Amino acid sequence: MKSVPGPSSQRAVIWWRRLAVMTRKEMLQLFRDVPIVVFLVYSFTLAIYITGNGLGSQLHNASLAVYDADHSFSSRELIHKFQAPFFRLEGEIADPQEGLRLLDRGKAMAILEIPPRFHEQLVAGEPTAVQLLVDTTNSPQGLSASSYAARIVARFGQETALARVGSSEESSQNLPVIENDHRVWYNPDQNEVWFESISHLLRQITIFAILLPASALVREKERGTIEQLLVAPLTPLQIMLPKVLSMTVVILCATAVGLFGIMQPVFGVPIKGSIVLFFGLTALFVFTTAGMGLAAATLARNQAQVGMMTLFGVAPMLILSGLMAPMEAMPEWVRHLMVLSPLRYFVEITHGILLKGAGLKILWDSVLAMAVLGAALFGFGMWRFRRQFE
Amino acid sequence: MNLRRIAAVTSKEWREIIRDRMFLFLAFLMPVAWMIVFGYGLALDVENISFVVVDRDHTSLSREYLHRFVKSRYFSFQRELAGEREADVWLQSGKAQAVIIVPEKFQERLLSGKPANVQTLIDGVFPLRADITKGYVIAINSAFSEERLVDFFSRRSGISRPQAEVRVRPIKLEVRYLYNEEVRSTWSMVPALVMFTLMLSSPLLTALGIVREKETGSIYNIYSSTVTRIEFLAGKLFPYVLISWVNAVVLWVMATLWFGVPFKGNLLFFLAASLVFVLSSTGIGLLVSLLVRTQIAALLITMIVSILPTILYSGLIVPVSSLSPGSQIQAHLFPSMYYTNIVRGAFLKGVGPEVLWVDVLALAVYAAVLRIVGYRLFTKRPRS
Repeated sequence: MKSVPGPSSQRAVIWWRRLAVMTRKEMLQLFRDVPIVVFLVYSFTLAIYITGNGLGSQLHNASLAVYDADHSFSSRELIHKFQAPFFRLEGEIADPQEGLRLLDRGKAMAILEIPPRFHEQLVAGEPTAVQLLVDTTNSPQGLSASSYAARIVARFGQETALARVGSSEESSQNLPVIENDHRVWYNPDQNEVWFESISHLLRQITIFAILLPASALVREKERGTIEQLLVAPLTPLQIMLPKVLSMTVVILCATAVGLFGIMQPVFGVPIKGSIVLFFGLTALFVFTTAGMGLAAATLARNQAQVGMMTLFGVAPMLILSGLMAPMEAMPEWVRHLMVLSPLRYFVEITHGILLKGAGLKILWDSVLAMAVLGAALFGFGMWRFRRQFE
Repeated sequence: MNLRRIAAVTSKEWREIIRDRMFLFLAFLMPVAWMIVFGYGLALDVENISFVVVDRDHTSLSREYLHRFVKSRYFSFQRELAGEREADVWLQSGKAQAVIIVPEKFQERLLSGKPANVQTLIDGVFPLRADITKGYVIAINSAFSEERLVDFFSRRSGISRPQAEVRVRPIKLEVRYLYNEEVRSTWSMVPALVMFTLMLSSPLLTALGIVREKETGSIYNIYSSTVTRIEFLAGKLFPYVLISWVNAVVLWVMATLWFGVPFKGNLLFFLAASLVFVLSSTGIGLLVSLLVRTQIAALLITMIVSILPTILYSGLIVPVSSLSPGSQIQAHLFPSMYYTNIVRGAFLKGVGPEVLWVDVLALAVYAAVLRIVGYRLFTKRPRS
């Protein structure tokens, strides 16, 4: 800046023009780097589609084999209550030992055993019990399966009991029971596609917000072109800012493609809140997280190292910020540690805006936390860069 | 094949790995770090669900009912609110994940034998959590209902309580949890994470190791040397297979000692099966390395081919038997499913080769095919 003569307005014009030229250069360079572009396109299109469609952790089609020792009307009735979407009947087995073998080999997830005299006892009003063997090598699924089975059996039992007593006076209208009236808000059908595709989008935004500026900077180091930039009449800010700016623009465009090209039309993800606010805050998130990438770039010698650092530095943030498992499920110390993850706040912001239709009035504390953390990270990246090159 | 040349390539490779600090870190520290992060991060137990209540009845029965949620370890009581309006804000800001609204005349209706309608609002942003929350709510509600019913029948019809109980709940469901008797999510996730970690780290390490030679140009020394293709590949891959296998052992130790997961199977069998697995996972790295030229490309491509299929089709989160027929075919095309069967089988089910031989065989075939393809693709006369 010192080298530029003339009045300050002219200097400002030149300053901005240099910034624009550098931003254009970054864009050009990025689009000539084929592997990264391929990864970028894949991540924001096909990968969103695949994850949205395939990744879900709810119980679905749990394979159930049945050992029916009764072979009566009632036992068949009960078996037929175990249906899609939660269960898939794998057929009957001849003896309980075979059931254990199926579980051992992972060919079935649960075995339902109906005792002899099941029908008889039921009709006579005697207590009876059916057994469910559940494979809990996958514990959330196993728990879910037993909870659905309990509901099915309880309802079946109540229906038959009421039918036996005679429903004249004892219809459910006249019994002191709690009527469940639960409403699931923000995602009434519990559509996992919404959640998974949003999670994936956020993961990709985070990865690229760090990877792209970092690899752009390291590429200059690798090829030695950084020396040219350093002797050019550019301040460190003018070298670094264009990298972050151009990558922010690229990531915002990719986000728009993912959101409006896949998530909204194909998966029907709602956008309840302000779209401008969402993109504004995404830009803020990308911009600030990029500080981490720049800091990483000052440590790395080549692109592979940058990739590695991105992968390992970011993995804990990606996994523990509430995108894969709910925050409440984590140990206390992890939750305390994650106060430092900007992604954690961005997750709340995104869910708030897209699904809940929340505005700044409700999200202000998350926005503030993200901004403060981001400013610190960006400042750190900038400081490392200056120290290395000035 | 000359064993001395293979040994020479291996020792050269070994020194390179040892002398590159980043590589050394990648090889040994990363799997450990990932195991810790994922082991804690992928715990899918849903507990401590924050909830607020709106009690419009304020009677002893309504308090007794709400107390069931307060004392449940799955729920974490936050506050009692004055009205539904406030509840909106709690849900929207994410400070509560559930709201329970007890209506007026709750006690009056139940005592006079009429149903009472309790509203539960659940935050559905996280579908798995919503689903499990719903399950807990239903379980608490039906337990409460059953007690009210038993009470009601025994009072009205003058029958004994056990008789009334049979009437309310004629069929009991006895659930037996097999393999993971306490249904701990750590026990089910951690063995699978041994698979996940190896599946990500060993192809990555192998691919980077080979591509590095291409990128720096040192592979031209190999091209012009007397080392044959097969000797080069064997010598080059050996350290990576060894490192990955050592990692499998390290991860096994972490799973059993750090995370306290029981190991019910045969350790020798597990180690042998793991060796077959790392032979096939390093084969993936070999294949990737032959298709790209730069390390960053190798890194990105390995991530693409290993992360998603591993999460989706290995049985890590969704059992393969629950997948759609199309996805089941895909699951059988990746090695991760077979090794998941092996780790979960060996850790939790305590089964050995009598059940898992099919999976080991599949992995062996996989390893062999990848090596043959790799051998075919690798050439000492590079185009251009």
